[in-house]
Amino acid sequence: MTRYVIRRLLWGALMLLVVCLVTFIIFRVLPPGNPALMRAGRNPTPNSIKSIEHVLGLDKSLPTQFWDYLKNILLHFNFGYSYGSQESVLQLIKERLPATISLTVGAAVLWIVFGVGIGILSALRRHSVTDRTSMGGALLLVSAPEFWLGLVLLYLFSSDIGKIKILPGAGSYTALTSDPWKWFTSLLMPWFVLAAGSAAVFARLIRGNLLEVMDEDYIRTARAKGLPEKRVVRQGVRASINPVVTLMGLEFGILLGGAVLVETVFNIPGVGRLAYQSIVNADFEVIEGTVLLASMFIIAANIAVDILYAYLDPRVRYA
Amino acid sequence: MSSAEPLLRVDDLRVEFHTEDGVVHAVDGITYQVMPGKTLGIVGESGSGKTVASMTVLGLTRYQGAQVSGRILFEGRDLVTLDDEQLRRIRGNEIAMIFQDPLSSLHPLYKVGKQLTEAILTHRDVSKKAARGRAIELLGLVNIPDPANRFDQYPHEFSGGMRQRVMIAMALANEPKLLIADEPTTALDVTVQAQILALMERLQREMGMAIVIITHDLGVVAEMADDIAVMYAGRIVETAPASEVFDSPEHPYTWGLLRSIPRLERDREEALVPIPGTPPSLLRPPSGCRFHPRCVYAQPSHSRIDPALEPLPGAPDHYAACLLEPQLRRGLWSALSAGATPDEAKQSAGYVEESPEGSPVA
Amino acid sequence: MSTSPSQPAPEPGPSTLPARDTLLRAEALVKHFPITQGILVQRKVGAVQAVDGVDLAVCRGETLGLVGETGCGKSTTARLIMRLLDATSGRLVFDGEDITNIQGRRLKALRREIGMIFQDPYSSLNPRKTVGSIIGEPFAIHGLLKGDGERKRAVQELLETVGLNPEHYNRYPHEFSGGQRQRIGVARALALKPRLLIADEPVSALDVSIQAQVLNLLRELQREFGLTLIFIAHDLSVVRHMCDRVAVMYLGRIVETGPSDALYALPRHPYTGALLSAVPIADPSRHGEQRRLLSGDVPSPANPPKACRFHTRCPKAQALCAEEDPPIEDKGTGTSAACHFPLEPGDLVELGIGDAA
Repeated sequence: MTRYVIRRLLWGALMLLVVCLVTFIIFRVLPPGNPALMRAGRNPTPNSIKSIEHVLGLDKSLPTQFWDYLKNILLHFNFGYSYGSQESVLQLIKERLPATISLTVGAAVLWIVFGVGIGILSALRRHSVTDRTSMGGALLLVSAPEFWLGLVLLYLFSSDIGKIKILPGAGSYTALTSDPWKWFTSLLMPWFVLAAGSAAVFARLIRGNLLEVMDEDYIRTARAKGLPEKRVVRQGVRASINPVVTLMGLEFGILLGGAVLVETVFNIPGVGRLAYQSIVNADFEVIEGTVLLASMFIIAANIAVDILYAYLDPRVRYA
Repeated sequence: MSSAEPLLRVDDLRVEFHTEDGVVHAVDGITYQVMPGKTLGIVGESGSGKTVASMTVLGLTRYQGAQVSGRILFEGRDLVTLDDEQLRRIRGNEIAMIFQDPLSSLHPLYKVGKQLTEAILTHRDVSKKAARGRAIELLGLVNIPDPANRFDQYPHEFSGGMRQRVMIAMALANEPKLLIADEPTTALDVTVQAQILALMERLQREMGMAIVIITHDLGVVAEMADDIAVMYAGRIVETAPASEVFDSPEHPYTWGLLRSIPRLERDREEALVPIPGTPPSLLRPPSGCRFHPRCVYAQPSHSRIDPALEPLPGAPDHYAACLLEPQLRRGLWSALSAGATPDEAKQSAGYVEESPEGSPVA
Repeated sequence: MSTSPSQPAPEPGPSTLPARDTLLRAEALVKHFPITQGILVQRKVGAVQAVDGVDLAVCRGETLGLVGETGCGKSTTARLIMRLLDATSGRLVFDGEDITNIQGRRLKALRREIGMIFQDPYSSLNPRKTVGSIIGEPFAIHGLLKGDGERKRAVQELLETVGLNPEHYNRYPHEFSGGQRQRIGVARALALKPRLLIADEPVSALDVSIQAQVLNLLRELQREFGLTLIFIAHDLSVVRHMCDRVAVMYLGRIVETGPSDALYALPRHPYTGALLSAVPIADPSRHGEQRRLLSGDVPSPANPPKACRFHTRCPKAQALCAEEDPPIEDKGTGTSAACHFPLEPGDLVELGIGDAA
């Protein structure tokens, strides 16, 4: 197992280097024109362009630039500087990260509870009304675009423009530390929207897996041993959950990089919104920073999921 | 019949499954009994209903939507009428069952020790430590080397034979009165099979347990069983003490089985006489005698009359469900067992074809 | 029984026959599957010695049985013979031609000479193809019988030969029973009129009453077409019935080989004895006879015992067995065995075998 973990971590480190290289190429090498000019914001002065050129080290060779770039990111966590907002990219991200994390964690809780719960229920009551409605509902939720769902919810429930004014509207996000209750209620709708599609997918998956597993021989053995049906089902769920856990981990990693659509619809100041705004404003450094961050989260999630899978399934460790 | 009370008595058991294509009569009226400490061998091929019948004893077919009628009397209680909770208390406790494929029969993600202690703790109110001790003892009982360490291993770390031993240990954890073994050695190598069968016999002697062993292997059943029931198309077509089934079988299907397998103790050159045709559909079973489409000795009337399982004159423990005259059957078998082909046997036993109306044809 | 122990006769096999009568010969066949380990770079740390020095020969028209339990290497040997796997070392000679390393067109031509029947009739037929197209595939692959309806006629003829209705040409595998599917597999194997047929556990997955049908079919076809058959199975009774000569394998080696009658009546290798003793006899009156059981499990092929591979479980093992690997030699009683201390008639009585005629 340790060998497996080490192998995964080394692989992750390698991936990280590759990601940095690719980002470097996309953002420094490929774009036509002067990289400094692109980062300088609107109406830059020749002096500011010169200083940016110096900071970027454009006079040095490409490999040297890449080496400096790597050192900056990995050793100093220096993702660059946004000339448009006059702040370091790292600072910008740090400010936005708590909101994104709140959003992601809440959504994850929802999709675990509802996705797994409904999946199990549907499997146990196959072809019943419960099963058909939940699978039908799942289909609807998966088909609905996030922004549409978000707008519909706002239209129905938000306190400013909604029909039934029970929840805070867009833009009302407050940090957990300042007003916990407001934090919670302002995130309810965004959590629902973010979790909906994924929960639906997970529910279907769990349902399918569990149905197959319950026909397996070891479930028959469990019953033959005289185990209560609840425990038998638990053993079945344990066996069917592995692939779903993997997917959940990956999804979590992706969302940490910023759920752009949901953050925009609900005006939540997260990393996704930051990415969107920086694209609109052509703030290269920030775009680069958010891309890098998202990639790092995905790599980390992949490694974590691989290790978790090996932990959950002892047969994998020998592979 | 013997004077002792049977431990298990199955009475006119019928098991049906309602599927999209119709009603599948998996078990269509079987009656048998098992005496305490004795072994009943149920012989049959795929589609005979042997597995469904045995799983129904423990109520395991309920989860597949089976409709069960008839009685299954275990120590006086009718298991068919018990609810799930009552049945659950008997499973793995007074009646235990082991299955064919030991790899897929153990949960791949839990350690073997945990699966064992679970079997104990479900039915006995003991501490986890005591259960662990008992589990290790059981592993030793079934000849697994180094049981204390094996306790913490996963099923995929065991070989096929050892996994089956673990299954046996699990089944015997609560000292059941009856063990149902469904093809326990079919998936194992022949030397491992011999070990497992010897183990089962030894444990049976030590624990005074009754065994129902289900198999298609006539050699296994000859070794293990005191009594044998032969199943075909959801019915029992013949049942008798083991030696009688092999010495003087009274049903053409049993003859077919005995003559279609190569036997080490017989002449190498002796031709195999296969049973023609294929196993019947349980959705639309043949009319009249279920075996008649494949029976070389069938008469035209056999497609209309369904024989009941009846005792033989002079052999009260031996039952057969066949429309042929007992005298004729004996003649046919004595020719067949001497190596004759079915046609030769018909000749020497004086078999006469009936006309379609039922009267003999010259 | 043709030979009795008191008249030692040379084993009537390929070694005593002129070379042209040997259809297939395998010499010192070895197949090791490497086991790798490592964090970044995979290093070879060992090997699964699936086949470790197998010498085989099959005469034209005879049936050779290859018998053994899980992990003995019989299926791997079959695949090596068919060139579905490449040998790690050793030589394969088919009808005088060295086929060990042939590739490309020559290899393709070889495929027409050797047909294979597989164990599982449910997974060895493509469920999306009609039976006609499955049996016709060999013709298609080798570009034969392109003429109008020629292929269909040939396929229908094959269907009849194996006892199936030629009208069922357009049916799908799932519409047939297990035994019928196995017949389809046989028809496919015979399509190109191969000279050698390898049957890998052809009846193990079938019901007992159907097994006899397929076995009889194979024997009939062998007689009619003059086929040479290599029959691989774990069921000793079936092998004895079907095969003229038998080779017993254990952990990648052949431990004993000889004519069926001699091998079953007077096995010399303790493993053969253990196998025969373990077969349950369909005779209740012999229930209760003492049989010595083989203890323990088969060692891992990745880490086989030194010298004689069977010595860790052998009731007759002595110090020599752990030091010197016995070569396979004619024991003078009809079979050749690789053993320093072969079984004697007294041992057979203890094992409860061999005295049945």
